Amino acid sequence: MKDISTWVLVLSMSTIRTSTPLVLAALGGLFSERSGVINIALEGKMLAGAFTAAAVTYAADAKLGLGAASPWAGLLAGIAAGLLLAAIYAVVCIRYKADQVVSGAAINILMLGIPGFLSGAFFLSSGSTPQIPKEHLMPWTPIILAFVVFVPLSWWVMYRTPFGLRLRAVGEKPEAADAAGVSVNRMRYSGVLLAGVLAGIGGAYLSIGQSSLFTRNMTAGRGFIALAALIFGKWRPVQTMLACLLFGFTEALSIQMQGVIKDIPVQFVQMVPYVLTIIVLAGFIGSSRPPRALGIPYQKEK
Amino acid sequence: MKLLRELIFPLIAVVAAFIVGGILILTIGDNPIEAYRLLLGSALSWPDGIGYTLFHATPLIFTGLAVLVGFRCGLFNIGAEGQLYIAAFATAWVGITFARLPALLLVPLCFLAAILIGALWAAIPGVLKARFGSHEVINTIMLNFIAVGLVSYFTQYHYKVPGDPILQTATIGPGAHIARFGQFIPGFPVRIPLNVAFILALLCCGLVYVFLWRTKWGYEIRTTGSNPTAAEYGGISIRKQIVLAMAVSGALAGMVGINEVMGYRYRYYDGFSDNYGFTGIAVALLGRNHPVGVILAALLFAALQHGGIYVDGFSEHVTKDIVQVLQGIIILFVAAEAFFRGPFNKYGLLKHSKV
Repeated sequence: MKDISTWVLVLSMSTIRTSTPLVLAALGGLFSERSGVINIALEGKMLAGAFTAAAVTYAADAKLGLGAASPWAGLLAGIAAGLLLAAIYAVVCIRYKADQVVSGAAINILMLGIPGFLSGAFFLSSGSTPQIPKEHLMPWTPIILAFVVFVPLSWWVMYRTPFGLRLRAVGEKPEAADAAGVSVNRMRYSGVLLAGVLAGIGGAYLSIGQSSLFTRNMTAGRGFIALAALIFGKWRPVQTMLACLLFGFTEALSIQMQGVIKDIPVQFVQMVPYVLTIIVLAGFIGSSRPPRALGIPYQKEK
Repeated sequence: MKLLRELIFPLIAVVAAFIVGGILILTIGDNPIEAYRLLLGSALSWPDGIGYTLFHATPLIFTGLAVLVGFRCGLFNIGAEGQLYIAAFATAWVGITFARLPALLLVPLCFLAAILIGALWAAIPGVLKARFGSHEVINTIMLNFIAVGLVSYFTQYHYKVPGDPILQTATIGPGAHIARFGQFIPGFPVRIPLNVAFILALLCCGLVYVFLWRTKWGYEIRTTGSNPTAAEYGGISIRKQIVLAMAVSGALAGMVGINEVMGYRYRYYDGFSDNYGFTGIAVALLGRNHPVGVILAALLFAALQHGGIYVDGFSEHVTKDIVQVLQGIIILFVAAEAFFRGPFNKYGLLKHSKV
């Protein structure tokens, strides 16, 4: 039996690490969904960020010899990948008014294939990138970015700036916002693109922070857990972060209890976020109400 | 003329996706024509190409129909993946528990398990939507993960043969096996797992057509999907239609278990689904939410899936991941139909999928 206090410490540290990608992706989802665009594509955007960050960090380190700067190059590339995917998603959903859930599912399916397709070509592997040396990883920066920078910043932007007010207005009552002179489409493009940036960082953390390479389907549903946390946090930044910590805790617990607690099957611990989300969405514990115009393409009146 | 109009947009979407995919292949320094020859060229060879294409098409027809029934009621069932997992496990459970029963009893029992459990699992988000108004998309996504966790738990802790390193159950009784095509088509090898579940899938296409377009229930489901306000005004209980449509959708997804467990592996194998539930979305959309379209789209994706193996084996750089890439692009193009429709018909937007 391990010492309890050590175990608690290990568990807390592990919770912080497992929550970081969730917080980043969920905050991204927050900007997109508060503007009225559903984002089930978070999973795909995280995969894009994770793969690109790992591939570029490796290339910058091994091929270009950028050394300590290589994870930064990787992070920027991960952001760019999330942004590119978000741009495609935004054009399809906003410009062409496609069904947001369908296009989101398409982005996710696409990103199940792209990393394998590219790594097969560039690294002659079946879906993973080569190892990055330990000293060229980025274990702390994304954690600090997530909790210290982006959570307070998101709150401030959302509730204390004209941008945030317009974003929320567009997600609740686009006609009214439009009548008041706010460009609905521009706000929605901003929301979706911000989601791409944040989900890209979240994905990058998985491959060049928590791990040291990209592996096939590395996100393993974290984009959906982030979405669940967003719903659980009632589409508000601080509550969403708390939900991410709770869901991150269940993941940390399921990792840490392997070999320690044998009576509870790990599958049941892993299921907790999903079950909680269904319960909250049904309104059994408080009510979680989505933005009113969520998922409805905006058609300007002629 | 109507048929032509129905065919033209899916065809444009497929061709456009192949062009974009071709550009991607070019950028990684390979020859797209060679890759596409490998990808599609093997699908028509006898017996392997045709056999495997039809075998891979079977689950896709089921999940495509499942997504179709949901769409027609205005629901998006992203949960076919979870429904087919839990149903396949239930099928195997019946096949193992009642292994001694004769085929005459065991086959219908296993069928019933697949259909019923799939329907029940899908009815959960239906009830949640009808009763609490919670969005079926989120709930079906969550239930996918719950289903996968549950069956993995039961397999690992209760139904695995002790000492087996693979996460799979014991085998089902011989009475639960259904015939492979090789058993009654001379010259067709039994090793190809194409089985009578394929015929069942075709049968289901007919049944879904009759159900949706020739029965009162189907009429009510379609009315709910195309115009809920009018449906309610006309005395249709929308809540009942939502639950009914989800249950039918889940039953169809559940039948994947029949193909997998009773016709192919004769056991439950954890993680067997090659994203069938999600590919079903592509199949239904590309098939324009019509049973005949579903068959055609399922055949296309099945051929690609089979060809993926050849691409992996013989192409220099391209891997079978190209199949998933093409699938994603096809759905994007189908979803953003306005992109092509713009020059054709500016005002027909958004009316396409829900009538």
